[in-house]
Amino acid sequence: MASGRDDFIIAVRSAFLKKSNKQQFSLLALILFSIFLIFLSNLNFIGINYIKIGVNETVYRLSALVSYPEKKINKSIIFLSEYLNVYKENKILKDQIDKLNTKKLNYIFLENENKKLKEIVGENTNSSEGIISKVLIDKDGKFLKSIILNKGSKDGIKKGMVVLEKNYLVGQVIEVNFTTSRAILISDLNSNIPVVIEPGSFQSILSGTGKNYGKIKYSKNKLLLNEDTIVYTSGSGGNFRSGLPVGKINNGIEELAVEFFSDLSQLSYVKIQSIEEKMD
Amino acid sequence: MAVEKKINLKSKFLRYLPLILLYFSVLNEFDIDVANLNFLSFNLPFIIIFYWSLKDPDHIGTGLIFISGICNDVTLGYPIGLSSFIYLSIVVFARYLRNITLRPNIYKDSIVFLIAILFANSVNASILSFIFSIEIIFFEILVNITITFFLYFLFARMFKYLTPVSY
Repeated sequence: MASGRDDFIIAVRSAFLKKSNKQQFSLLALILFSIFLIFLSNLNFIGINYIKIGVNETVYRLSALVSYPEKKINKSIIFLSEYLNVYKENKILKDQIDKLNTKKLNYIFLENENKKLKEIVGENTNSSEGIISKVLIDKDGKFLKSIILNKGSKDGIKKGMVVLEKNYLVGQVIEVNFTTSRAILISDLNSNIPVVIEPGSFQSILSGTGKNYGKIKYSKNKLLLNEDTIVYTSGSGGNFRSGLPVGKINNGIEELAVEFFSDLSQLSYVKIQSIEEKMD
Repeated sequence: MAVEKKINLKSKFLRYLPLILLYFSVLNEFDIDVANLNFLSFNLPFIIIFYWSLKDPDHIGTGLIFISGICNDVTLGYPIGLSSFIYLSIVVFARYLRNITLRPNIYKDSIVFLIAILFANSVNASILSFIFSIEIIFFEILVNITITFFLYFLFARMFKYLTPVSY
């Protein structure tokens, strides 16, 4: 009995401390060092942040390089499947163009009217063009849904800026390095955006699900949310400006699910905008 | 002479192949997305680290495993040091098994591998959710663990051709 316990202790001690000929570091030392790093990360230690920025710059570039073949293959597959559907899609698009043309005239009228009304109310309608950025890495992690952008603090990127694709909201900048930055996507489980649901102007919160759609939380008007309902940012809390289109309700996926306007798995170029410029 | 050089290059490439695969997978966050089956993913670094720490610890050093963990943290946006800790904990399981095993057997190895990845993923999920307040989908992790476990047999068979005869 005692010798069995001794054998176990010897095996465990050997697993932790024994170094073979070519090993330069003891396993125990490295484990302790990684625990120390996690501890410092949790405390947001300044030194760690500087090291992180340095490592980020190198690893992001390397990761983009390594991911390049996979990205190309994925793009080719999508291109091929799109090519095969082109005839069918063309027919549908022609119908849609006809419908949209009639709607467009209505919208132009409404837009002009809206501008005039905003001038009367005194709301600033200036809009900045934003910074166009390339998506370096768009990895779907098990825990975090985020993208790496090729613009950083040297290009004027700041933490909290909104990330748009074709004027649709896709995320927010959460980490800024010198030449790169990371944006959390609206599909991330930890993303909660104050939204307004139109028509009806219902205020609610849109949460990420970790999948390619979001979900409306805390809505009292569940029954009124049908398929034509559009979700915009409400601007509450000051993290996003109001009126950014996010997606539309699609109860087919799940009850109160929001199908995003942008395909978050296919982002290649995005626009980064400051929220302050718009909210002044 | 030319043939000798070719063989030398080939053996060098085969020697560094596991290391190249490990770094490729952490920098690329290797996963399989088949059509809409996005949940179908597996953890290749776990398989590589466990297998090579068990069969030939000199093949991939602990220092390199530690650095690969740092790369993985940066790529995925995790707190620095977390993946290194997880990877090194897998090494501990592999080394323990190596120390107590007299006659290696793939089934015994795979059971310890399953315990190791269950432990590693539990610690990973606990640290992320309790310390860093990151929400996680447990179902996805469970699927990932299951697929990783079953693919261990396949990769072990493939890696066998690169392993020295010592173990």
